[in-house]
Amino acid sequence: MAELLELTVAEAAAKIAAGEVSREEYFEAWRGAAASDELNAFLWRAERVANLDVEGPLAGIPVAIKDLFCTEGSETTAGSRILEGHRPLYTATAVRRLDEAGAMVLGKTNMDEFAMGSSNENSAYGPVLNPHDRGRVPGGSSGGSAAAVGGGLAPCAIGTDTGGSIRQPASLCGIVGLKPTYGAISRYGMIAFASSLDQCGPLTRDVTDAALLLAAMQGRDPCDSTSVGLQGGVRAPSGEDLKGLRFAVPVELAQDSFEPGVRAVFESTLKLIEGLGGEIAEVPLPHTEHGISAYYVIAPAEASSNLARYDGVRYGMRREGEGDLVEMYESTRAQGFGAEVKRRIMLGTYALSSGYYDAYYAQAQKVRTKIVEDYAAAFAEFDFVVTPTSPSVAFELGAKTADPLAMYMNDFFTVPMSLAGIPAISIPAGTAEPEGGGPQLPVGFQMAAPAFAEQRLLDTAFVLEGAIDG
Amino acid sequence: MIEREQVLHVARLSRLRLSEAEIERMTGELSGILEHVDRIGELDLDGVPPTDHVVALENVLRPDEPRPSWPREDVLAQAPDPAEGAFRVPSPQAD
Repeated sequence: MAELLELTVAEAAAKIAAGEVSREEYFEAWRGAAASDELNAFLWRAERVANLDVEGPLAGIPVAIKDLFCTEGSETTAGSRILEGHRPLYTATAVRRLDEAGAMVLGKTNMDEFAMGSSNENSAYGPVLNPHDRGRVPGGSSGGSAAAVGGGLAPCAIGTDTGGSIRQPASLCGIVGLKPTYGAISRYGMIAFASSLDQCGPLTRDVTDAALLLAAMQGRDPCDSTSVGLQGGVRAPSGEDLKGLRFAVPVELAQDSFEPGVRAVFESTLKLIEGLGGEIAEVPLPHTEHGISAYYVIAPAEASSNLARYDGVRYGMRREGEGDLVEMYESTRAQGFGAEVKRRIMLGTYALSSGYYDAYYAQAQKVRTKIVEDYAAAFAEFDFVVTPTSPSVAFELGAKTADPLAMYMNDFFTVPMSLAGIPAISIPAGTAEPEGGGPQLPVGFQMAAPAFAEQRLLDTAFVLEGAIDG
Repeated sequence: MIEREQVLHVARLSRLRLSEAEIERMTGELSGILEHVDRIGELDLDGVPPTDHVVALENVLRPDEPRPSWPREDVLAQAPDPAEGAFRVPSPQAD
């Protein structure tokens, strides 16, 4: 059993296809691993093997699914009390496509409520613990998915990324996390947070597995008019070196504040890139420093609109007051939402309210245009923009809960790509000691590419991953 | 800076009932966040078009054909208070 758990998804899929391992045996091994969850990574686990008759590239592969994806008939809460017990009538397209490729749902993973958070401490069902140090956060919002893969409780997982929610937890848990181009994968059945930013993607042990999951999930979907898919599909990544490829380091990075240990890993990764024949130069991305400000206007504004649907009428929780309909709405939302979700609804409603719209929302959307232009200028000369994924290694539980702005700064390096809609991947690049001392913890390296350049991004990450591991 | 009165106004717009402690905390936290966000107000972005969509999209059209939706009883099974084939809610105007 134990050796089955060591296989990557690509290796396991090959063994299952060759008949060397049965689907039942492989599922049982992972069901056992998931059942030993001491990280609070899972909110629900499958009891039985499923999908035995489906042939496909992921035949027999169990996948941990972030609880933001609707799964027909099984509880889907988005980490919120307001959806406790909710059983959707339909399955998200991304999950359905995994299903059609032969995969099966291993379980639903814990997350920050409605995907709002960078530490998984905003879940109504308790925080997820980091598999490398249980006194620390796994990152968020896809913290359950990242901890499940990083902690050996699932072979692979999917999550969602609105401003870093796949890449940052992947970095903090020492795994690969990919946020594809906006529109690569359908958002249908993904519970909406900020619709112009939300994107589904894989969290895996290596780059090859990320490509496998992306290949299965990508594609246009009539149920999501903003989905376009990836032309030509996605192949298994390959490559020998990085000759001829140009990597841009934002010139602003020199002044940005992040942990010395993270900086050291980042710089040693740049040296590896040069050793593989890649060219590195600095490029100005002057508006990305305003990414956090623009993001924390745009995302809450969209969230305040999207979350208006939770009113206690059609599904989810209801709390009756003594009085009228409005009182029922207010009681339900007061008791159903946690502190961070309330904060963002308030922030978004304020930014959209009469008299403030131009100063906040319209201005933030203009900043977004400038960020899109910054990247376009960089990609005119470079193939990739590279940064650390997160300013720090995993921090201690409770360290940032009292200061929302400090928590938002965790997304400093990941938010700009979300605003620009471009793909970005975080791969484990080494370990570092936290500022102030502690155990060696994973550090992620982030690479961003032009929209729809996923294949080139995966090929390059694959080569770099080989060099980091070697 | 955001004042207590604004917090109460926005909470009403958001259909959120806040406790006294929440109002106090929210006033401080929102002020701190807005102080940071306000820096984008200093950028000169006159004439810059706001981003509507990050990926160039063509309009997607399909024939408008009726098709079955979910059965009413399945949808109502999710409702906190179904009654007579509908969603029951408290009166919009309390006595």
